[in-house]
Amino acid sequence: MSDEAERSRRGRDLTPGPHHWFDDEAGPVVRPYAMTRGRTSAATRHRLDLIAVVVPEPAADDPGRDQTLSPEHVEIVERCSEQPQSIAELAAGLDLPVGVVRVLVGDLVEDELVHVTRPVPPAELPDVSILREVINGLRAL
Amino acid sequence: MAFGRSSRKKPFVEPVTLKILVAGGFGVGKTTLVGAVSEIRPLRTEEILSEVGRPVDDLHGVESKTTTTVAMDFGRITLREDLVLYLFGTPGQDRFWFLWDELAQGALGAVVLADTRRLEDSFAAIDYFERRGIPFTVAVNCFEGAQRFPAESVRGALDLDPEVELLMCDARDRESVKNVLVAVVQHALVLADRSPAAVTT
Repeated sequence: MSDEAERSRRGRDLTPGPHHWFDDEAGPVVRPYAMTRGRTSAATRHRLDLIAVVVPEPAADDPGRDQTLSPEHVEIVERCSEQPQSIAELAAGLDLPVGVVRVLVGDLVEDELVHVTRPVPPAELPDVSILREVINGLRAL
Repeated sequence: MAFGRSSRKKPFVEPVTLKILVAGGFGVGKTTLVGAVSEIRPLRTEEILSEVGRPVDDLHGVESKTTTTVAMDFGRITLREDLVLYLFGTPGQDRFWFLWDELAQGALGAVVLADTRRLEDSFAAIDYFERRGIPFTVAVNCFEGAQRFPAESVRGALDLDPEVELLMCDARDRESVKNVLVAVVQHALVLADRSPAAVTT
C-alpha cells in the first residue's frame, strides 16, 4: 500500500464521521477478509493450528522496519510482545475470524517479525512423559 | 513505528501447547465445562464460512446469505510456564463436521459431554472419535431435575467400548471437571503406551 493510501485510511479512521450509528449488531464495518486483501490462505507452508503460539522475533523490536504493515499486523505483534499468544487467543482478542488471523500471522512469519511454535504434530500423540506431566498438573490445580 | 511497548529483551518461554476437545449436543454444557476449569473466561473464536462451506450449508430460505459464522468457545489452563492446555468446545451443529477435523488434528483427547435426556445427541461425537482413534471419555452432565441412570445402562445405551471410561460429572464444578480431564489424559496415556509410533514427538 502506498504511503498516501495509508495516510488517507488512517485519516479516515480518526475523523469522527457521520457513522456513529454503527454498533456491533450492524456487523463489521470492514469486511474481515478485506484486511487480508482478499487472501484466504497464508503464505506459510503449514496451516497454522489454533494452538500454535506466535512468538515475536528480535526484529519486531526494530521500529520503523516495515512500513507496509497494516494496523492489524502491528496489533498482533504488540499483543505477542507482551506475552506470546496462540492463534485462537489472537482471533478472540482481535475479534477477527481465525482464517483472517492465520493470513496476517503468515505475513508476519514471511517478514520474519514473528515465528510460530509447532504444536504436537497431527496424527501423533504427545510424548508419554508430557501426558504424565499434564495429569500431575491437572491434579495440582 | 508502533512497536514501542515491546522493549523487553528477555527471550520468551515457548510453551508446549496441547488441546482437549469438548464435544456434545447443543446446550449440553460444553462452555460451562470449559469455564469451570479455565483460568480465563471462555473466549470465542469465529470462523466465517463462505463459498467453501456452501455445499454442506442448507441455505434453503436464506439464499441471499452467503456467509455463516461458526463459533468455538475455548479456555486455557496453564499447567506450568512451559505447558499450556487449551480446551475447545466443538461447534454443536452436525453440519460443521469438517471443522472438527481441523480441531481434532493433534488433539490429545476429547470429552464427550452427554445429557441422559438426549443421549442420541452424543452419538455423532462418539462415532467421530472412535473412527479416528482419538482417546475420549464420556462425561454425563448430571443436570438438576434430570433422572439419574446407573452408569452401566448409560454405557449400554451408548454402546461404548469397554475401555472407554464413563463418568458422572457436574459441568459447573471445577473438581468434577478436573476428574473428567484427568480421565481423558489417562486414557490417552494408555493408548500412547500401547502404540510404538507415539514414543517420540
